[in-house]
Amino acid sequence: MAKQSQNKSNDIANKPKDRRYVFKRLGSYIMIYKHLLFLAIILAIASNLFALIGPSLSGRAIDAIEPGKGMVVFEKVFYYAGWMVLFYGVSSILSYILTKIMIHLSQKIIKKMREDVFNHIVDLPVSFFDHHQAGDIVSRISYDIDVVNTTLSNDLVQISASVITVVGSFIMMTIISPELVIVMLVTIPMAIIYTRYRAKVIRPLFRNRSKKIGELNGFVEEMVSGQKTIKAYAAEGEVINRFDKINRETVDAYYNAEYYGSMTGPTVNFINNLSLALITVYGAILYLKGSLSLGNISSFVQYSRKFSGPINETANIISELQSAAAAAERVFKILDEKPEPLDRENADELTEVEGDVFIEDVTFGYLKDKVIINNLELKSKPGSLTAIVGETGAGKTTIINLLMRFYDVWEGNIYVDAKETRDITRKSLRKAFAMVLQDTWLFSGTIFDNIAYGKENATMEEVVEVAKVAGIHSFIKRLPDGYNTIVNEDGINISKGQKQLLTIARAMLLDANMLILDEATSNVDTRTEIKIQKAMRRLMEDKTCFVIAHRLSTIQGADNILVVDKGNIVEQGNHKELMDMKGYYYRLYNSQFE
Amino acid sequence: MKKVFTYIKPYTGRMILGLVIKALGTFMDLGLPWVLARIIDDIIPLGEISYILWWGLVMLLLSIGARTFNIVANRKASKVARDVVETLRHDLFVKIQSLSGAQVDHFTIPSLESRMTSDTYNIHHMVGMMQRMGVRAPILLIGGVIITSTLEPVLTLVLAAILPLLGIIVFIISRKGIPLYTSLQNLMDKMVRVVRENISGIRVIKALSKSPYEKIRFSKVNQEVSDMESKAGLTMATTNPILNFVLNGGMILVVIVGAYRVNSGASEPGKIVAFLSYFTIMIHAVMAINRIFMVYSKAIASASRIEEVLVSQEDLKELDIPKETSSDHIVFEHVGFAYTAEPCIHDVNFSIKRGESLGIIGSTGSGKTTLINLLMRFYDVNEGRVLVDGQDVRSFDKQDLRRKFGVVFQNDVLFADTIYENVSIGRELPEEAVKKAIIDARANEFVEALDDQLQYKLAIKGSNLSGGQKQRVLISRALAGKPEILILDDSSSALDYKTDSLLRKAIEEHYKGTTSIIIAQRISSVMKLDNILVIEEGQVVGYGSHEELMRDCDVYQEIYQSQLIA
Repeated sequence: MAKQSQNKSNDIANKPKDRRYVFKRLGSYIMIYKHLLFLAIILAIASNLFALIGPSLSGRAIDAIEPGKGMVVFEKVFYYAGWMVLFYGVSSILSYILTKIMIHLSQKIIKKMREDVFNHIVDLPVSFFDHHQAGDIVSRISYDIDVVNTTLSNDLVQISASVITVVGSFIMMTIISPELVIVMLVTIPMAIIYTRYRAKVIRPLFRNRSKKIGELNGFVEEMVSGQKTIKAYAAEGEVINRFDKINRETVDAYYNAEYYGSMTGPTVNFINNLSLALITVYGAILYLKGSLSLGNISSFVQYSRKFSGPINETANIISELQSAAAAAERVFKILDEKPEPLDRENADELTEVEGDVFIEDVTFGYLKDKVIINNLELKSKPGSLTAIVGETGAGKTTIINLLMRFYDVWEGNIYVDAKETRDITRKSLRKAFAMVLQDTWLFSGTIFDNIAYGKENATMEEVVEVAKVAGIHSFIKRLPDGYNTIVNEDGINISKGQKQLLTIARAMLLDANMLILDEATSNVDTRTEIKIQKAMRRLMEDKTCFVIAHRLSTIQGADNILVVDKGNIVEQGNHKELMDMKGYYYRLYNSQFE
Repeated sequence: MKKVFTYIKPYTGRMILGLVIKALGTFMDLGLPWVLARIIDDIIPLGEISYILWWGLVMLLLSIGARTFNIVANRKASKVARDVVETLRHDLFVKIQSLSGAQVDHFTIPSLESRMTSDTYNIHHMVGMMQRMGVRAPILLIGGVIITSTLEPVLTLVLAAILPLLGIIVFIISRKGIPLYTSLQNLMDKMVRVVRENISGIRVIKALSKSPYEKIRFSKVNQEVSDMESKAGLTMATTNPILNFVLNGGMILVVIVGAYRVNSGASEPGKIVAFLSYFTIMIHAVMAINRIFMVYSKAIASASRIEEVLVSQEDLKELDIPKETSSDHIVFEHVGFAYTAEPCIHDVNFSIKRGESLGIIGSTGSGKTTLINLLMRFYDVNEGRVLVDGQDVRSFDKQDLRRKFGVVFQNDVLFADTIYENVSIGRELPEEAVKKAIIDARANEFVEALDDQLQYKLAIKGSNLSGGQKQRVLISRALAGKPEILILDDSSSALDYKTDSLLRKAIEEHYKGTTSIIIAQRISSVMKLDNILVIEEGQVVGYGSHEELMRDCDVYQEIYQSQLIA
């Protein structure tokens, strides 16, 4: 709970490369819809042009009014007023269509981005999830993408529209007085240099803001899920203190980003005002020298206002862009996580599995320098039962992780039906196994959906059938909506044991030829276990089974018992052989009667 | 919403100060064109370059002033926003910590999480933006009306007629928008739930090769979210073009009315020109206000979601029940309870003396854990009462009550922190105590083998430990505080027999004064305890020592038999 900020330093390195990369990548998302974007830009230009024509029309109307009392040419006034209605109307409609397109466009991009992230997450190796806070991942897919969204829909078109005004005004100014434009040549670079400099300062601040929100999310996730424990130890005060610290950091990060971000606006505005002052003074001097007319100064000033308006706006948008880039960077970081390596090119589909498993001289560990399994050798014939026993923490579950290829071995080979598992597609390999784990997992959906999860198009009859066999049918019947009752991960009114029975039912519905039971009945009481024993036998029938258990009673009939101690197989054989050895297994077996 | 506003209240003074500064900055900004007009109209004709330079200096000063004031004001605004959100989020977190299990179930964890983060973020955004942009626009608008009314009162009436119309449009559309944003947030919760489930169930999903299915499941939610986002966005986006059109319509009206006024000699053409240019400024102001409204609508939706949590009543109140003298440490008296309509436990009676041990055994789902939930007051009894030291648990300060316990729940959690912190869990126990607990819980064997020992950092949910190691750390946690009452709820299931029996011995020897309750599946885990409670479908069917139960209790014998057969 304490310090989560250890891997901060490696985030900060290699900035400039990152930035270009992030924008390029963001750009590639936008370019998927380049036609829509093109249309949007055309519309933006058109709508702006129509709006620009407005003032000139009103000018003409005013010309018609100008003659004064009794002389107003009403036909002309109405004529131009009519045109104005038309132009403004069209401009409004265009701008409405434009917004519609932009929302449509940004939605498409965002939807795609979310989908890409999710699809990528699902393809990541199991190890990723052992090292990343769920809350932080969630924050990337929700908050960070949302930030990108806001920028896309609001700012993109605004920038492109601004460009037109800026360019147009600049041309007009040059026509009026090339001499006065010299002033702009001083102030424009100033504005550009300043914004660029600011962007550099602000960028890490926005990056930090996104990161802190992610951390906050991770903390809240952890604490809310562990709430019962926290209460039980009356540790609320301490947890709240820690929260306050993270909260403070989060709001500070926000404050810093916002404060430094919002300094840009007034400063660029200042540079604009400065140029206005210079133009006025210099223009006035030019006028006195007779090289400029009064009207010219006036219109030059008007255009310089028009010119600086969008630049000012752009300065504000730049900080938005920064925040979007920081968010996008976090999103792309997930997308850049290496997924489970692709199956080998000529990987086979594992079909009609016999279930002949051979583990050959396997060495493996989770951390680089820490070997957990050392030179493991194991043969399991089709239909045999291999049990793995040993002290807790001796690496029993690791063998399962390797069989399922959640992790790949360092050295050695694992064969199924004489095929090296790395030459088999993961999907078909995993499909060949049915698995019941100690950690029960249900997702928010009906009981039916949860049981039928592993088998497509399972019928209600099939589901009820396995539920009966698994001894959970009568419980389900008592639920308010029976098989249609919605359950979810956090639902606390289903006990661990009942959840496990549900997952057993789920496994029963699969037709896999190999079975993994990792402490599958550890949460079920023994009488219930006996009641479902028949079912378990049926589940295990004709399958190559790997069973991890510490109730030694359940595995006495195993063909092969692996006794694991500190990652090494210390003994191997059937129950009788192992008892005769009077070694580790013998002691383990007797300890249960102590 | 009201509740969230109360968080802004304490900062009213600071906000007003900030707004005044902002207003000054804005006026300086607006003063520039005025000076400009003065130079062109009055100074140039004088033909004196030094005057021009002087006035140029004034412009420069105004520019500097505008920048300084605006930055100072922005800074103040950001600070207020920061402090408001900090307090709000703090209170929200405290509140969430105090929610009962039933209430957490009601809100669901992902939703609480996003209320803590996304929703408070929306508020943050609004509070900041309202202060930064909320001043300039009204000043421009009001200033515009005042100036135009001095120019041409009749034409101002046209303006005055349009402004309420604009107000109504903004109001109607944001009224439509707020509920859309609320449903959007709720859909986001749903999406987050799918993501979380995929993270927690990744092994199962991969094992069953269900990734394609999950992708479709996500894609559906994603579509829903996206549709709602579009809908909300489009609704809010209609305001801009409509406002634009109405304003420009007003401008056209000004031209026409103005034409008549000029024709009748009541006004001059120049005034209409000026009027029109102010009109343009005001259009910009209205657009800015509209943008604020968009952020505002989103924030309102978030505020009501936050408020929902903040106002939820604490449902386990401290009751005033006098203490009785009792020789028993723990008493359950005619206790009945139901999570839903279906009764869960019924008429449970038993008592434990201080220092005694009680085993609870029974089928999966028979209500064992519920007894613990009632004893530690995570839920309240529906009938009967639960006493600790003769005092009804409902009359304890909840934290005082719970401090008496050391407990390991089913599915208990480890945090991504050091082993020490996981054992100490905020109690700041001396390292000695933690070490001792780790030895008693038989966790020392593997902890000592770790590089950093007690400072070894656990991965998320303790995923760098095996099931059995996790349980031993959890048991250390329960033992470390030298609790009055020790509860182990099915928490040795991942331990092998040897470790389990050694653990029991250690507890017997080193925790003599501790009253212990051990819920287990295995008879061997409870048979040596002073008393054993056999529970079946929420009812007590046996109570006594192992020998007594073997003699009198059918269910117990059945369980015993079931565990003997190989």
